[in-house]
Amino acid sequence: MNAFEVVAAGPMTLVQDGGRPGLAHLGVGASGAFDRGAARLANRLVGNRSGAAVLEVLVGGLEIRFDSDAWVAVTGAWGPITAMGAVEPHTPTLVPAGRTLRIGTAEHGIRWYLAVRGGIAANPVLDSRSRDTLAALGPAPLAEGDRVLVGGDIEGPVPGIDLVPVDPPADGPVRISVRPGPRADWFSSDAWSLMLESAWTTSPRSDRTGIRLEGPTLERARTGELPSEGMIPGAIQVSPDGVPTILGVDAPVTGGYPVLAVVTDGSLDALAQLRPGQPVRFTLATGRS
Amino acid sequence: MRILPFGDRAVLAEYDSLSATIGAYRALSASTPRGLVELVPAARTVLVRVDPQVLPLDAARRWLLSVRPGDELDGPLPTTVTIAVTYDGEDLDDAARLLGITVDELIARHTGTEWTCAFVGFAPGFAYLTSASDPLVVPRRSTSRPAVPAGSVGLAGEFTGVYPRESPGGWQLIGRTDAVLWDATKDFPARISPGDLVRFTAVDR
Repeated sequence: MNAFEVVAAGPMTLVQDGGRPGLAHLGVGASGAFDRGAARLANRLVGNRSGAAVLEVLVGGLEIRFDSDAWVAVTGAWGPITAMGAVEPHTPTLVPAGRTLRIGTAEHGIRWYLAVRGGIAANPVLDSRSRDTLAALGPAPLAEGDRVLVGGDIEGPVPGIDLVPVDPPADGPVRISVRPGPRADWFSSDAWSLMLESAWTTSPRSDRTGIRLEGPTLERARTGELPSEGMIPGAIQVSPDGVPTILGVDAPVTGGYPVLAVVTDGSLDALAQLRPGQPVRFTLATGRS
Repeated sequence: MRILPFGDRAVLAEYDSLSATIGAYRALSASTPRGLVELVPAARTVLVRVDPQVLPLDAARRWLLSVRPGDELDGPLPTTVTIAVTYDGEDLDDAARLLGITVDELIARHTGTEWTCAFVGFAPGFAYLTSASDPLVVPRRSTSRPAVPAGSVGLAGEFTGVYPRESPGGWQLIGRTDAVLWDATKDFPARISPGDLVRFTAVDR
């Protein structure tokens, strides 16, 4: 069985797979890869099953050295990747035994996905190898000196392709599509149009539990406390001081702040790649859902 | 019941009371359609999360309207969980004083009533238990403890509950149990699920 050593872990490198959907009634969130599309593509490029565990690398700085030759693919964020020479993103790449694969600092987007052929073989918890950073469930974040085993989550051969042409994550304003949430009536009539018309900025205090936004204050029409209710990733909660937070994949399964709007499924992956300071605009999704 | 929008893959059903919510959750759980991802009960609501490719939101709304509480009574009876408690919590005297009763009366009422798990939240396996017949309503502590040990039994608002793991917490602690409420290595990791009935028994101090 192949394995690799963590030479440098970077600010935060997590094991992630498809997560734990369906356990929210027991207080367990879905967790899983934040940018699902990028994780899926990385697995596909090395012939893994779609649910194989990958590494989610925040910002960069990961260096790993394999015992044996290993097929890898890197997706998500863009920036320098090296193993001897430069490694192309979105390309199946064979890293020879003993060579160090280095993921540099992300220049576009903020979360890289590194798939290794066979998947990461950490111990599953509740049928998932995802690290839930809020509930502290699943494999611990990678640390320097860790030895990590590669598994056997293989679906087929490494596809014979040179490169998948994928656009880099956007640098400018990111358009996030939303639909109405359950508590729009808790806000002033201005709040809804203010949300859709304002230029928002991604706060540096954003993580897998939530993307905090800086911008105008969304005034409430009602004060008082809302009994806690179920939440999902993408729900836009507004705290009593009028600041919106888009819930991420590790958010609590229930919450007591009113939800003004909910990000559509198709826009969720883009949340994972928002960089601190990056502008965000909301668009109302039209058509039947 | 009101059905509120919740984006493109969920709707929120809202009820008038905690007991109506528990009843609706039990009935909904007993008749889940294909394409339902999960039901998340809370104090006044049940969040209905769907795969809209299989169960479109309109169909989920129709399903919510078609299920009547009581429909599930033909099904299996709710599970009853018994938890042995040593009533020696740090806030036991305060809680009794807040309720205007003696410690012995508090223990008699906590063990004498049947509790229902309304929902699980705050942390994996943390069950919010309520009693329709004899709730013990006390406010949360004015200051939260940074570390409440696993197995601590507490009261807060209209709820009683057991901390499944060590965590910060502001509930009034009345006792402790050796029962394991949460074990992530098990197929059924939570000892108490929404809709379950719970009885507490007193262990000699």
